[in-house]
Amino acid sequence: MAAQSTPEELRYTEDHEWVAERSEGVVRVGITEYAQDQLGDVVFVDLPEPGTEVAAGDTFGEVESTKSVSEIYAPLDGEIIAANDAVTATPELINGDPYGEGWLVELRVADPDTLEGLLDAEAYQRLTGS
Amino acid sequence: MKTPLHDVHSGLGASFTDFAGWDMPVRYSSDLAEHRAVREASGLFDLSHMGEIELTGPQAADALDYALSGKLSAVAVGRARYSMMCNERGGVVDDLVVYRLGEERYLVVANAGNAAEVSAELVRRAEGFDTIVDDRSAETALIAVQGPTSAAIVGAVSDADLAALKYFASVPTTVGGREVLLARTGYTGEDGFELFVANADAAAVWQVLTEAGEGHGLVPCGLACRDTLRLEAGMPLYGNELSADGSPFAANLGRVVRFDKEGDFVGRAALENQPEPETVLVGLTGGGRRAPRHGYRVLQGDDEVGEITSGALSPTLGHPIAMAYVPVRCSEPGTTLSADIRGRLEPVEVVALPFYQRR
Repeated sequence: MAAQSTPEELRYTEDHEWVAERSEGVVRVGITEYAQDQLGDVVFVDLPEPGTEVAAGDTFGEVESTKSVSEIYAPLDGEIIAANDAVTATPELINGDPYGEGWLVELRVADPDTLEGLLDAEAYQRLTGS
Repeated sequence: MKTPLHDVHSGLGASFTDFAGWDMPVRYSSDLAEHRAVREASGLFDLSHMGEIELTGPQAADALDYALSGKLSAVAVGRARYSMMCNERGGVVDDLVVYRLGEERYLVVANAGNAAEVSAELVRRAEGFDTIVDDRSAETALIAVQGPTSAAIVGAVSDADLAALKYFASVPTTVGGREVLLARTGYTGEDGFELFVANADAAAVWQVLTEAGEGHGLVPCGLACRDTLRLEAGMPLYGNELSADGSPFAANLGRVVRFDKEGDFVGRAALENQPEPETVLVGLTGGGRRAPRHGYRVLQGDDEVGEITSGALSPTLGHPIAMAYVPVRCSEPGTTLSADIRGRLEPVEVVALPFYQRR
């Protein structure tokens, strides 16, 4: 398998999502390079409406490839403040640029300190064995 | 297990998946691009995980007539037939392609997951017939070239007369100086070829085909697109549409069961006494992009009436397609049913199979 990139500056979950702090208390969420590689070509993305309140671990959408479907989970408690319409219209952005244009949602987290409880890049690399 | 082409796949950057105990390429880059290549140009597949079992001897034909549901004695030398091995209950042990290589020589090609069972059953069922059953799976590699440009590619590297090589026919020839059995068969709904070669020759033949494919849009293809290709073509997959407890008639494969042949065959009594199937395999299409998948419920109104056997967003058609077993009363094309897609009911319409047919 090709080497997977795991940017140092991001946080990760065991569900193969990444979390980037955009500003105080606001994070952007997507799926990792590893996750998109496992899925194959993404053909459909279902994202929550802005304004949706979520709790960490809640299913808030799904990412579907020709081969399989993956649920996406809220990494932290908070409120969805933006969903990436570009990725809904062009799901393959997730394959092409999972950490950039392929982002999924932005979340205002209930407690910014909870961000520290997520995996760092090193821990996530250990998880995926890459 | 690894096929003799495993290193070649690694070198091409393939992602691998376990399939029936085999470490097989699931995709090289993009399943969608690979799928499209087979529809519009050609794809190169490693199918060496499949089973190849030869029967030779004066009663090879009789043994197969007894062991399988079809009338293999009626197949002309050089031709092939889609057939089935049934159990005593009339269930499907495996679906097979049987090539008649000579008056007294046949090649039975079995699915990877069933190859050992088919081989053992053929040995058992051939007892008392003057024939030798030889499982060649471990020594044999299988490479497929599938797609509209496949004849140009194979024609460039073989002396075989492809104009004379009909669909479901085979001929021994050489490719790049290596002996191959060249068959015009496949599992994609396109024109295509399957090349049976000795393990030691597999990498060389793959390389020759790759070079011949330059300029013809040939790309290596993994199992992910093989599945969407066969689904679009309405072809059953053992384990999804076919099973040891399922009826060939319910799967619309009655044509493969030849009651008109002389003598007994395994499963005959059960199949002859089987009542008309209550459920049948149908094609379903949906709108939007969320596809019903294997195991999802099919409903008519509030009533659960069946289960999806295979489903995907069709890369060629751009909408969801699926197959399902539903009661005969719901099986008429045009019937509207719904599929429970992870808790949301989505309308689906019964359609005639296949979903896709090449022009």
